[in-house]
Amino acid sequence: MIDVRLLDAPFLPGQYVSSFTKAHPGLGAVCTFVGEVRGEGEVQALELSHYAPLTLPGMQELATSAVARFGLLGILLIHRTGVMHPGEPIVCVSAAATHRRAAFDATDFAMDHLKSNSWFWKREQRAGAWRWIEPRGEDYADLSRWD
Amino acid sequence: MAARLVFLGRLQDVAGGAEREVGPGALADILTTLSPELALAITDERVRWALNGELIGEHGAIDLADGDELAFLPPVSGG
Repeated sequence: MIDVRLLDAPFLPGQYVSSFTKAHPGLGAVCTFVGEVRGEGEVQALELSHYAPLTLPGMQELATSAVARFGLLGILLIHRTGVMHPGEPIVCVSAAATHRRAAFDATDFAMDHLKSNSWFWKREQRAGAWRWIEPRGEDYADLSRWD
Repeated sequence: MAARLVFLGRLQDVAGGAEREVGPGALADILTTLSPELALAITDERVRWALNGELIGEHGAIDLADGDELAFLPPVSGG
């Protein structure tokens, strides 16, 4: 199954992963990654914005291409939008496959594409001031591994 | 009726808002009505454009009609 969601409120990744894995009885492998707002430093909040006409359709295309590329049984992609605080999940990817390598690789592939090839814009608040986060060179290098 | 420009990410700060209504017409003419800073920012080659939810391959001549939405998408940062 392909399950792609854009959520504008805090979520518990375990709930979604649990129903996702139950939809694939007898799967050989499932790999899950959860990214959270880091608590270090002086970051008070993070805000993710998106563009509705492109963001969810783009995530659906990403899910479909990951399933085809790695021969998955299914994939779960969840991304938050809106304002988040340290410790809150931002993103959750779970890939189900018959063998572990495909599940690991598909999760890595999906995260690299969500970080630097999906329609999201991130800014963080420090000492009360908001600052836009520019993509980093290493994000592009990670993405280029899949070309 | 009017057309709408949508500014994503840091372009919102340059534009002073997430969107702006503009009169229908040629984009080249509309650009002259914006601040030079904003016109420069949205025509930067790293900024992608989407007309009515469809990405445009290259920045080119566009005529905006009533109800059209042209979005300006700077480099992304998700995850």
